[in-house]
Amino acid sequence: MGYALNFNLIWRHFDKLWGGLLLSLELAVISIAIGVVIGLVLAVWYVSAGRVVRAIIAAYVEFIRNVPLILLVYLVFYGVPTVVDLAYSAPTSFVLTLSVYSGAYLVEVFRSGLEAVPRGQLDAGKAIGLTPWQRLTHVRLPTMLRITLPALSNTFLSLFKDTSVASVISVPELTYGAQWINFNTFRIVEVYLVTTAMYLLTGYVLLFALRLVERRFRAAR
Amino acid sequence: MATSSHDNPALLDIAGVSKAFGSVEVLRSVSLKVDKGEVVTVIGPSGSGKTTLLRCVNFLESYDSGSIRIDGKEVGFREAGTRQRRSERDLAAMRAETGMVFQSFNLFPHLTAAGNIMLGLTKVRGKSKAEARQIAEHWLSRVGLAHKADSLPAELSGGQQQRVGIARAVAMEPKILLLDEITSALDPELVGEVLAVVRSLAEDGMTMVMVTHEMAFARDASSRIVFMADGGVSAVGPPKEILAQETTNERLRSFLARFRASHF
Ligand SMILES: Nc1ncnc2c1ncn2[C@@H]1O[C@H](COP(=O)(O)OP(=O)(O)O)[C@@H](O)[C@H]1O
Ligand SMILES: [Mg+2]
Repeated sequence: MGYALNFNLIWRHFDKLWGGLLLSLELAVISIAIGVVIGLVLAVWYVSAGRVVRAIIAAYVEFIRNVPLILLVYLVFYGVPTVVDLAYSAPTSFVLTLSVYSGAYLVEVFRSGLEAVPRGQLDAGKAIGLTPWQRLTHVRLPTMLRITLPALSNTFLSLFKDTSVASVISVPELTYGAQWINFNTFRIVEVYLVTTAMYLLTGYVLLFALRLVERRFRAAR
Repeated sequence: MATSSHDNPALLDIAGVSKAFGSVEVLRSVSLKVDKGEVVTVIGPSGSGKTTLLRCVNFLESYDSGSIRIDGKEVGFREAGTRQRRSERDLAAMRAETGMVFQSFNLFPHLTAAGNIMLGLTKVRGKSKAEARQIAEHWLSRVGLAHKADSLPAELSGGQQQRVGIARAVAMEPKILLLDEITSALDPELVGEVLAVVRSLAEDGMTMVMVTHEMAFARDASSRIVFMADGGVSAVGPPKEILAQETTNERLRSFLARFRASHF
């Protein structure tokens, strides 16, 4: 093989990768935060609602889970503004998309967690006279959180990786930065090696942090 | 015992309560009055509706007809006769007046022993954290667990968890305490410590309805025994009377016979 690795050009443009990584994290954090709110509200609603509401929420979840993220990203960025009179930047468009996308996955995580809370605990909450809202906030949600934390960590991590899809609408996150350097320097192997290492490392750090949180919660069981 | 509802209304008045799960009739016109300070034990074969009856008393379970009153107040419905269910807020307030202890303990796993007891005191009774903590510590020492106040349920033995369960219920100062086979999930050597707590509550005058398979306890500690069979009250009376009916009540005889065969 006559290809000699040369990382000099990568380091020269490293700010594209570093800035990209920070933007990736920002996109992930904002989208996940919104997704958690969507997921929690819909999951709580789902477990207490009638058949119609359940069907609507299930349809949302099914739709999102069966359409590739990249398609949703195109749809929201190019499709929606041509139909309705709306204008938003590419990053905003992506955050919107990933929020709705992560919401669907998180509804599932939270719903199964809520349903896994033993009925006896809810009965005990009723028996001491807690109102439905108090039972939710003081009995059901704390137990649900404990049950779902491992699944939640995995979902968060996979959503962080999903931010790479934003590159298709030119959001300058990490993968876009890698493409830019590749396009301008042709150091394809080097740039993707470095980028992969950056995704891996960030993933490990995130996972480590999430496992710490899990351990704290498990200790308090 | 007074039967007139005017001069001496029973603390708990269950009148003609029926309930079906689908097509299965689980309670068939059950009636039972419990006076203040009474300890009523409920015995009967598995599936006879004992748990369901208790769960109707604090409306964890609704029923199809009949009425259940505590201190003269209809529990689950706005007024006797109407089938208009109380609002959830009302139901919560009604339930705070009855305590319940479960076969499977059902402690809140994320809260310490003291925390389990304090939750109702702070959220339902509106007590300050400090006051609730004091009350929790008082009851924990009553059940012999003062040193476990800050332990999580997972760190306690079954017998200890159940004693916290009892403390959680009585700390709310309920008018009546419902206990559903509270020793059935325990290793035999832990049963005694839990029954001792129930006995001491009885001595303090706590009104109790207790479903149990502990015959010796039912015989010695209860003012009356209710024998349930097939969703109905088959016999009710002081322990001596009930055990004497063994010769005349065919169901009671076969229940006790099977019971002895499996326990001795
Ligand atoms: N949630 C329920 N749904 C359907 N059937 C039930 C339910 N709970 C209890 N049952 C039935 O009602 C009957 C009485 O049950 P239960 O009150 O638990 O009896 P016991 O406590 O005397 O063993 C049983 O046949 C049981 O299978
Ligand atoms: Mg039972």
